[in-house]
Amino acid sequence: MKDSLREKLEILAESAKYDVSCASSGTTRKHKNGQIGSAHGWGICHSFTEDGRCVSLLKIMLTNYCIYDCAYCINRRSNDLRRATFTIAELVELTVEFYRRNYIEGLFLSSGVIRNPDYTMERLVRVARQLREVEHFNGYLHLKSIPGASRELVAKAGRYADRLSINLEIAKEENLKRLAPEKDHASIFRPMSYISQGFLESAEDRRRLRHAPRFAPAGQSTQMIVGASDETDREILTLSSTLYTRPSMKRVYYSGYIPINDYDRRLPTQQPPLAREHRLYQADWLMRFYGFRSNEIVDERYPNLDLEIDPKLSWALRHPECFPVDINRADYELILRVPGIGVKSAQLIVTARRYHRVTASMLRKMGVVMKRAQYFLQCLELPALGINELNPRIVRQRLITPAQRRQSPNQLTLVFPNE
Amino acid sequence: MMNRFSNPTQTAVFRYDKTFEGLLCALFDAYVRHTFPEQLIGPEEPIPLFTQQIHEVLTRTEAAERVWKGLKRKLGSNVRRMLVFAWLSEEEGSDTLLLRYMRKTFDTPASIIGVFTDSDVLQVKKIAQKVAKEKERLIQFVRFQKAGDGSYFAPVSPLYNVLPLSLGYFTDRFADQRWLLYDTKRRYGYYYDLKQPLEVTLEEDGPLLEGWLSDDLCAADEHLFQERWKSYFQAVTIRERLHPQLHRQLMPRRFWKYLPEKQSYQ
Repeated sequence: MKDSLREKLEILAESAKYDVSCASSGTTRKHKNGQIGSAHGWGICHSFTEDGRCVSLLKIMLTNYCIYDCAYCINRRSNDLRRATFTIAELVELTVEFYRRNYIEGLFLSSGVIRNPDYTMERLVRVARQLREVEHFNGYLHLKSIPGASRELVAKAGRYADRLSINLEIAKEENLKRLAPEKDHASIFRPMSYISQGFLESAEDRRRLRHAPRFAPAGQSTQMIVGASDETDREILTLSSTLYTRPSMKRVYYSGYIPINDYDRRLPTQQPPLAREHRLYQADWLMRFYGFRSNEIVDERYPNLDLEIDPKLSWALRHPECFPVDINRADYELILRVPGIGVKSAQLIVTARRYHRVTASMLRKMGVVMKRAQYFLQCLELPALGINELNPRIVRQRLITPAQRRQSPNQLTLVFPNE
Repeated sequence: MMNRFSNPTQTAVFRYDKTFEGLLCALFDAYVRHTFPEQLIGPEEPIPLFTQQIHEVLTRTEAAERVWKGLKRKLGSNVRRMLVFAWLSEEEGSDTLLLRYMRKTFDTPASIIGVFTDSDVLQVKKIAQKVAKEKERLIQFVRFQKAGDGSYFAPVSPLYNVLPLSLGYFTDRFADQRWLLYDTKRRYGYYYDLKQPLEVTLEEDGPLLEGWLSDDLCAADEHLFQERWKSYFQAVTIRERLHPQLHRQLMPRRFWKYLPEKQSYQ
């Protein structure tokens, strides 16, 4: 027997896979009587694909028919590929059955644009309503907001979904217009601000009335394609840091461009290095958890991230005047800026030093990467060969050359200042 | 740190029943006898060489409760939880480590929970973190199979004994379905009857111990959904960016045997 639903599932998963968003975090809901499931505050990844990305939600499209012809998208109307459409009942059954087997945390539903944005958006909302109100599904729902969708539909979607998202795709508007003639930034920013407003209004209402309905409690996210057009990392990161100032914006995803429509002359034929996407995520983390501002990571002189070293190390090498950091005295924020020390070890250090002085060997035990950190630290016994004694160029050289000759840490090295 | 019990000329060994209660009683006895054991051994283990003193710990509930009450006075619930996590690691030597930790807790007037410069304190935290990670992985990679009678079954075999720790998640999320989670390595499991999880042990060589429900036990559409999930899993993989090393790091191989998406044929 041929399973037609399975075929649809394959086609529509293939079409949805280039959307990188996967998080199922941001909402905690206990199980309630008569409902299915719960939501787990920090999200759970139930599987990992062979390219190393997590599978947390059933990431799927309602349909991959699309009236648009965006150059970067696999589902553009001029592409010759298998098309399919789910019925609401099929999609709801799949979601619930997968959920009951602990395969997924919930549903991430997106869609190609059919007829017009509002028509498409309405169909997405109908799936969400069916799941929430008929099946009493209490798991995670992530809905894509369609560019150009009206305020009423976004408001309805926010009532059912935990997270809404709308993809910016291209950071510079002129590039977006060149690659996706039917779209502009306004059609994306407008629904984005509807979501922000709904989010704030609901928060305000709930302050007065505890049972006021929630609106997309896990906020919104967006995605930018990297390497399909000529944006510098500075332009991308400046835009994300502005986006993060919006109260509901939880995540900006970066998707390294994969040449799927290589016949299109407007697109580069080369895939950008994977490292670039990785460095952008590192920079994103620095902005969200390490207290960096975007103009500290990239500026006019260095508009692109260094692909050889991570952005934090790169910042440290450009600012030798901030080092060495005294591990036993410096503020938490400064300790966090030392390359090789992450949030966890910084917290351990700050707690531990209230009782004892922290030494280099203890740092190592706490999980600090001393290979990088040693040049930027000052603690009791660490030799005084920091970034200021050497110089940033030499430190950089030492850190990027593969460790062929492993030296014992007790071995003295002589460094000649004008090497 | 005070060291009023250690006596370099004598190596003391305590034998206890390898339960957490027994460990608490061992600490109780150590204070009563003014001897702190260098080593703890289980009921079957041979006595190590050069042992001058061996004490058999009798597990008594009241003594264990007294020690636990004392710990409650000195440690917050998070830290007590951490001790239980470290205990469930079942790692070699983790019992002696916990004993040292608890002793330091009682012997030091100030709290020791943040003294990560002390290697025991750091070590307990690290082991507890590893166990917490394994618990998280168990929750991630459990795959229920639906049986013909409408209940769900999932085999697990975690590295550490984390099944009891993960029950909170399963009873909350799958509160409206009956399920059985079974640790095939440690030979015990929990059955949830829509009210509470009950500890169960299956008879040896039963049909469930292999991990996969046989065709006559399965629900009619079970294989269909497993196949659908497998196709979905393959379809969302981006072939241009395969990264098997990262894949294995995030989803270690030891979990694959019970994952439908990693089965080539069933």
